[in-house]
Amino acid sequence: MATSEVKTNDPGIDPATGEYRVIGPGQTFRSVTEKITRIVLTPHTPLGWFALFGVGGAVATMLLVALTWLVLIGTGIWAISQPVAWGFAIINFVWWIGIGHAGTLISAILLLFKQGWRNSINRFAEAMTIFAVVCAGLFPLIHVGRPWLGYWLLPYPNTMDVWPQFRSPLLWDVFAVSTYATISVVFWYIGMVPDFGTMRDRAESRIAQYFYGLLSMGWRGSVRHWMRYETASLLLAGLATPLVLSVHTVISFDFAVAVLPGWHTTIFPPYFVAGAIYSGFAMVLTLAIPLRKFYHLEALVTERHIDNMGKVMLATGFIVAYGYGMEVFMAWYSASHWEAFMMWNRMFGPMGWSYWVLITCNLAIPLTTLWSRKLRTSIPYMFFISIVVNTGMWFERFVIVVTSLYRDFLPSSWGTYRATKWDYMTYVGTLGLFTALFLLFVRFLPMIPMSEIRMMLPGAKIGPKVKAKTVTEAGD
Amino acid sequence: MPPREGTYGLLAEFDTPGDLVRAARQARQDGWRRMDCYTPYPLEEAAEAIGFHRNKVPLLTLVGGLMGLAAMFLLETWISVVAFPLNIGGRPTYSWPAFIVPAYEWTILWAGLSAAFGMMALNGLPELYHPLFNAPNFRSGATTDKFFLCLEALDPKFDLVETKAYLKNFQPVSVVEVEY
Repeated sequence: MATSEVKTNDPGIDPATGEYRVIGPGQTFRSVTEKITRIVLTPHTPLGWFALFGVGGAVATMLLVALTWLVLIGTGIWAISQPVAWGFAIINFVWWIGIGHAGTLISAILLLFKQGWRNSINRFAEAMTIFAVVCAGLFPLIHVGRPWLGYWLLPYPNTMDVWPQFRSPLLWDVFAVSTYATISVVFWYIGMVPDFGTMRDRAESRIAQYFYGLLSMGWRGSVRHWMRYETASLLLAGLATPLVLSVHTVISFDFAVAVLPGWHTTIFPPYFVAGAIYSGFAMVLTLAIPLRKFYHLEALVTERHIDNMGKVMLATGFIVAYGYGMEVFMAWYSASHWEAFMMWNRMFGPMGWSYWVLITCNLAIPLTTLWSRKLRTSIPYMFFISIVVNTGMWFERFVIVVTSLYRDFLPSSWGTYRATKWDYMTYVGTLGLFTALFLLFVRFLPMIPMSEIRMMLPGAKIGPKVKAKTVTEAGD
Repeated sequence: MPPREGTYGLLAEFDTPGDLVRAARQARQDGWRRMDCYTPYPLEEAAEAIGFHRNKVPLLTLVGGLMGLAAMFLLETWISVVAFPLNIGGRPTYSWPAFIVPAYEWTILWAGLSAAFGMMALNGLPELYHPLFNAPNFRSGATTDKFFLCLEALDPKFDLVETKAYLKNFQPVSVVEVEY
């Protein structure tokens, strides 16, 4: 059960099957089920949960205050003005939705690639996606100034006889983000239905039985149901994969379609997607490391998971590094005076510090150290790296939005950007909202997909007539 | 449909997936058709054993996706050309490349919703009551760690006594009668 049995230098090969061990040894169907359901079905909520929920809730209240004031006064309470008309709202929107992308990547793309190790982390990564999209979606909605008229974004017959303009990337965003939110919720819920069945059958209190019974929709584990369910899951994964790539691509179009130096570039779509996955995996680590410790899930979320996530971050980090390199290269190679000035100003102008924070957090620290397996399997170090990368990715969006805008073509219209306390309260408030939602999820829903874990256990092998397959995966 | 009465079927419990698959395969060979397996995780071999090979979820998903594509593209075209033509820098009203993105998103949206809800509908869910839940050992095992084979009373071969003896041949942990 202890992860220490899997030596850092030993990839952890299961002697029985010759397969790489993703889950700690000695687990059975029942032990896994009990481990996961106990967290939710116990009548005793840990004190630490209340403490964290209290903090998260208090911080989320700050968001409520900031939003109330915003509705009363208007977006003038923020620092946005000319020339920086896009400020924190857009930065936070892009940052949050990027974080969400890792959840879809883990649940969809890694499923298609048959990466069994994802099974332990996909549920809470998907939850992370949904709560991140909730926080992300809030920002454009409040940025429109009159959120109660937000439905004007949708094409619907109205007495004004006005229809949306489908040639604008901002409208594409409406469809990309709303589709993303819907599909993520559906995928997440469908994934939980069999586990709700387990919870219904294991719950002792009447209320819990009704609650999970309704959510399970009467799931009873018929193999016919399972086969359709597997097909639907695979199809949803296949659909979510192009979706997740398209969402950040469309978001990058918000910038790339504009003619502004620093935005008008073709590298943006792939670079945004890679950055999204980079920050998303960092957020998964930020959440997974305390969770596995707090709920003693080391046998299910093993060092191998942390190690693999470190590798994904290393790979996507280098794609992001390529993006930064290309921006600088194009500023020189394009021979465009405006591009060159934008880049010089971004690096050495009055807000140049933000660029160097970004380079330090996104490139200098992670991309030099994540090569080492020793550091990748060091839990405190990976937690530290996850915070560093999340900070770095936030600054990336800050750099893209603010340092492209504040000194544009005409020196007489130059300005600066200094976020107000309302900007900060809104941003920090969404962190609280995210924390509070995530804690509710951990308390009331199964955070690790039990049915998928069961498939990976040695007991799931059909034996003894069928020989255990000796699979040798490429690499480690 | 009037409420059914009597026996729904006989439910045999197994400890391992291998035992279940062998039993199900044998029962299918012996001519049983109205039967089902219940497992705590997707067990493809069991589905094969009872002769369930294909399902209609992919077809539904394809149809849903194509409908979403058509719906959004036509909506965009109608709005931009007929309902509310806008002159944006002299660009054509029917600027189809710009319409691709929302149409693409709606293809995925409709396909995804069709896959999820189609799967539920084909499974006959939600169905909060099912006779199997009456079996004393079903709920403690089927969603946790036990494997069940149910031979249903609707099968012409079904006979309470004989079928019970037949199931006992597979050396299950238990065989219980399930009432409606």
